[in-house]
Amino acid sequence: MSTATMTKPMLKIENLHAWYGESHVLHGIDLELGEGQLITLLGRNGAGRSTTLRAIMGMVDRREGSIRINGEEFLTKPPHRISPEGRIGYCPEERGIFASLNVEENLMLPPDVGEGGMSVEELFEMFPNLANVRKRMGTRLSGGEQQMLAIARILRTGSRLLLLDEITEGLAPVIVKTLGRVIRDLKSRGYTIVLVEQNFRFAAPLADRHYVIEHGKVVDVIEHDQVETSMDRLNHYLSV
Amino acid sequence: MDPMIRLILAQGMLGLNNGVFYAMLSLGLAVIFGLLNVVNFAHGALYMLGAFLALILYSYLGTWIGMADLHIGFWPTLILAPILVACFGMLIERFLLRRLYKLDPIYSLLLTFGVTLVLQGVFINFFNASGTPYPGMPESLKGVTNLGFMMFPKYRLFVIVFSIIVCLAVWFMIERTRIGARLRAGTENPELVKAFGINVPLMVMLTFGFGTGLAGLAGVLAAPIYSVSPLMGANLIIVIFAVVVIGGMGSIMGAVVTGFALGLVEGVTKVFYAPAANTVIFLLMVIVLLVRPSGLFGRQG
Repeated sequence: MSTATMTKPMLKIENLHAWYGESHVLHGIDLELGEGQLITLLGRNGAGRSTTLRAIMGMVDRREGSIRINGEEFLTKPPHRISPEGRIGYCPEERGIFASLNVEENLMLPPDVGEGGMSVEELFEMFPNLANVRKRMGTRLSGGEQQMLAIARILRTGSRLLLLDEITEGLAPVIVKTLGRVIRDLKSRGYTIVLVEQNFRFAAPLADRHYVIEHGKVVDVIEHDQVETSMDRLNHYLSV
Repeated sequence: MDPMIRLILAQGMLGLNNGVFYAMLSLGLAVIFGLLNVVNFAHGALYMLGAFLALILYSYLGTWIGMADLHIGFWPTLILAPILVACFGMLIERFLLRRLYKLDPIYSLLLTFGVTLVLQGVFINFFNASGTPYPGMPESLKGVTNLGFMMFPKYRLFVIVFSIIVCLAVWFMIERTRIGARLRAGTENPELVKAFGINVPLMVMLTFGFGTGLAGLAGVLAAPIYSVSPLMGANLIIVIFAVVVIGGMGSIMGAVVTGFALGLVEGVTKVFYAPAANTVIFLLMVIVLLVRPSGLFGRQG
């Protein structure tokens, strides 16, 4: 599905600016995606991709512009109402697993945000590794287990829009492959997904559209079917 | 029984009785510090407030409202006073402390110190600065009971048992329930907990109320033992801070165990060299600070 055929975007961000203290990090981000779509935010470290997700969640000091979810303005909402009212599940950079909580406690921590969340049993089926470590504390999990827990945690709540930040970072190829299967599965179940991803090879086959972010701005948008013809441009953007 | 052992056991029981208050107060401080990162200097004054509420509800309220026969007794007070202190604490959090979270922690410490001075000043102004006995001890807890090695006041035994139950219940709630899991998560990363849709500002207010409510509860329990005076908290808070430093700031189990243990140590020290009883806690604090700066139960690093 291309942008033109989308009648009503689920998430529409216009001219989004964000600040940490005095430092101006986002300089007018524009992006949108329809229900059931998957987009990626590509770019170098520090370009503002994670900050875009954090700004959606209200985790920056100041925001300006517009963030609409199903047509409703979210910019002015207090942070703790964003996830329930937008049915958003956020999986932060570094996974955000709580060290003083065990696996089950981490899993049960976020309150439900809507109907249709996966049951704990379903999740342990999706991530069998977690079933064996239910009572283990967050600190004692491997990186892969932490990442699966971080994803499972937001699938339990009934979220429909998933914001996933660098989920493949630092993980072994076999786990990255599992995650790819999970994301494809989620997409087929109708979830709407924003991926911040460094690993383009992981993201390319999954995404409907890629947004390239530089210096807090979207500098290029590449549709899925243009990826092959745009490889030179992409390599240029992503080369360090 | 050997008289020496008998003496140690007896002083140990009395020490444990003081330890009860150390444990309950440092527990409240630990809960508050964990989530709010605020060192609540007003904790002693809120303990005093709890004791005064017990006194007021029994001795003064009836006269004030023209019902001279009204004496609200110990049992209802044990529930009522902590709730009132908790509400007072939540007002402090909502209208004063909340404005200071983005600033250096020294400001919240100064604010709570100021609250202490105001509370002490108010009660010195309206009540006897030297202390008033609480006359409302329930009949069922008057008298003594034979522990085998000593005759021990029934009320003090009740206070020890009751406080141990309260401390265990609080520990269980924080470490083993879903509400506790939210609290622990909020202590680690409040921003992310907020992003999951949990109302962290409300949780912070309730937690502060809960911690101060525990101080109020300790105050009510103290009223029949010590005389109720505006400075009763000021004398205690110094020891409490030593307990918190020794136990490790923010550790729930650390606060409880250290509180009881130091009461015990203090009591037993009286047997051997009574003048040292008041200083032994601070001596231990110095040693702990030298050997394990983050406290016996605190996370190292």
